[in-house]
Amino acid sequence: MKLMWFHLMPYTELPDDFRDTNPSVWVDIHSSLFDPKRAHLMYNDFMDELEYAAQCGFDAICVNEHHSNGYGLMPSPNLIAASLARRTTDTAICVMGNSLALYNPPTRVAEEFAMIDCISGGRLIAGFPVGTPMDTCYAYGQNPSQLRQRYLEAHDLVVRAWKEQDTFAFNGRFNQQRYVNIWPRPIQRPHPPIWVPGGGSVETWRWCAEMDYVYCYLSYYGYKAGRATMDGFWNEMSRLGKERNPYQAGFLQFVGVGESRQHAFNLYAEAAEYFYGRCLHVDARWATPPGYTSEGSQRAGIESQIKQAVDADVRGKSTGERFASVAREMDAIVDKGYVIVGSPDEVIEQLREVAETLNVGHLMLLLQFGNMSKQLAKYNTKLFAEQVMPKMQDLFSEWNDRWWPQPMATAQRAAVPAFMPSLAAE
Amino acid sequence: MSDLETLSIDINGFATRVWRKGSGPRLGFLAGFGGLPRCVPFVDELAKSRTVIVPSLPGFPGGDRGHTVLDTHLDWILTVREILAKSELIGADLVGSSVGGSLAAEIAAIWPDAVRRLALIAPFGLFEESDPPTDPWAQRADAVPGLMCADPAIWTALKTAPDGANSIEWPIEQTRASEAAARIFWPLGNTKLEKRLPLITAPTLLIWGEQDRIMPRSYADRFAKAIKGRTEIKAIADAGHLAELDQPQAVADAILGWTA
Repeated sequence: MKLMWFHLMPYTELPDDFRDTNPSVWVDIHSSLFDPKRAHLMYNDFMDELEYAAQCGFDAICVNEHHSNGYGLMPSPNLIAASLARRTTDTAICVMGNSLALYNPPTRVAEEFAMIDCISGGRLIAGFPVGTPMDTCYAYGQNPSQLRQRYLEAHDLVVRAWKEQDTFAFNGRFNQQRYVNIWPRPIQRPHPPIWVPGGGSVETWRWCAEMDYVYCYLSYYGYKAGRATMDGFWNEMSRLGKERNPYQAGFLQFVGVGESRQHAFNLYAEAAEYFYGRCLHVDARWATPPGYTSEGSQRAGIESQIKQAVDADVRGKSTGERFASVAREMDAIVDKGYVIVGSPDEVIEQLREVAETLNVGHLMLLLQFGNMSKQLAKYNTKLFAEQVMPKMQDLFSEWNDRWWPQPMATAQRAAVPAFMPSLAAE
Repeated sequence: MSDLETLSIDINGFATRVWRKGSGPRLGFLAGFGGLPRCVPFVDELAKSRTVIVPSLPGFPGGDRGHTVLDTHLDWILTVREILAKSELIGADLVGSSVGGSLAAEIAAIWPDAVRRLALIAPFGLFEESDPPTDPWAQRADAVPGLMCADPAIWTALKTAPDGANSIEWPIEQTRASEAAARIFWPLGNTKLEKRLPLITAPTLLIWGEQDRIMPRSYADRFAKAIKGRTEIKAIADAGHLAELDQPQAVADAILGWTA
């Protein structure tokens, strides 16, 4: 299986009383909390950590896109990915991803992803999220009633821009361009692998199944809550007669490795409570722009609540709504499976169970979270790479990962500067 | 006074509900934010002396998923024109509240002969940065009733599923009404209506709830100043944004007087 190292890039110095004195970490978080000079150090720490993960042998390093967000300092993940492309050699670069409807015109995504693919020698995974309500409808002012249709049309435009050899006119419902002809073009043909992070909607399961895309559930609530969503995807795949190749799925999981369960619990409690307490403090005002959640998903959500199903907190809920009922104390965080902690052997046991239960061949691991220091993030990363990873990689070896980047041969690729870690904020 | 009649018209392929009640000269009503999931006393009040015709707007209760095919403001305006024509409201007096008020104003501006006298209840359509309307789509659920009505219980009663209603579809329809409003007015409520207000020649009554917590009272003056026809502003005591729900009789009386 593939083990991928994911960074959200959280601002690490939100005040202790953040929850009591601020309405939200997202959309209207106050600018006075942001110190650009501290952020300079954070960005450099975070990029060090990503590069370190690549050095440690993770299969991919992953970045994502958020706007006006105190726990996600990457309005443009492409900027980070471009830098990582120059500072790593063989690791896949997973941009998870660009919220297609936010780019005007969407061919910007086709261009920038093609640039990253060229610079990295064909190592890009192209993630296409719809984007959360906070990012899309509030911070970026997109109309929630048109967001999904715009997303789907932008997808069609981007994929066609990658594939078509000749200049073409795009006559869409929302986008019209007389001359589409992107330069550069991606190395990977017909295009980089497309992965789609979803939130449990029936429509997205079906779309990924039909398009043969990787479906990813980027949940902050661990494998217990994720079970119903991944089961939903696989049920839809079966219904459509598609094979259960675990590499057509990705799942995000927080992990903290230590010498023992108690050691790990103590080591990571502060960072976990910082994340679930401060970073997921989102004002309910931003939770439900009408139309964002499809009527099919609303229906599934209401039915799930009526049945008091185990996934009632997740199904048919927007990202913001899920935040409201989150556990914020370390005991509950671990009990509910948000964060898996333990000795290497304990982590291996739990993660193998996660992968097998959810049938997920791509685990996206958050080994830095909350206000975790670079030192601790590197400790966690190194321990995972040395002691957990080797005992995970055999999983699903009978399956072929058709959704992994196909880079240029090493001998054909440009030499990049030697990697020299610097000590930014320590 | 006749009983409430429910008719259906085809609008862009969607069955669209039209209520009709009363007798006398026709008077149309385009409902406000949230639409009308059930009939309200305001309609009864108007029907005492007029034939009241209440067509649903696309996506609002009774309007099916008609909003999903309307992408531009021109799409909306042409569709509302068609709804009025099929409801036999061209040339009649027209009342519009909130989001419906904005669309009623558009019709009166673009087709001056289509509207005899106009009454607008706290219409959407303008945005003044120094005095912004409240964002109706960025609210905690429990705050909405108190923003829409001076008496929150009135909004809650309007939006609570009646006995026997489908407990799954009812809440979805209420969300759809909010989505349809968003489809026209997201994110600021600014449709650049101010450019078209000078085209309105119909005498126009501007009704404002004194406790409107969505649309500041100053917007009444902006509308009055920009509309070419004669205007009058009528404040309604103990009424919120949807003044016709809080004070059906007072609002109906003002309209019946204006259109007499």
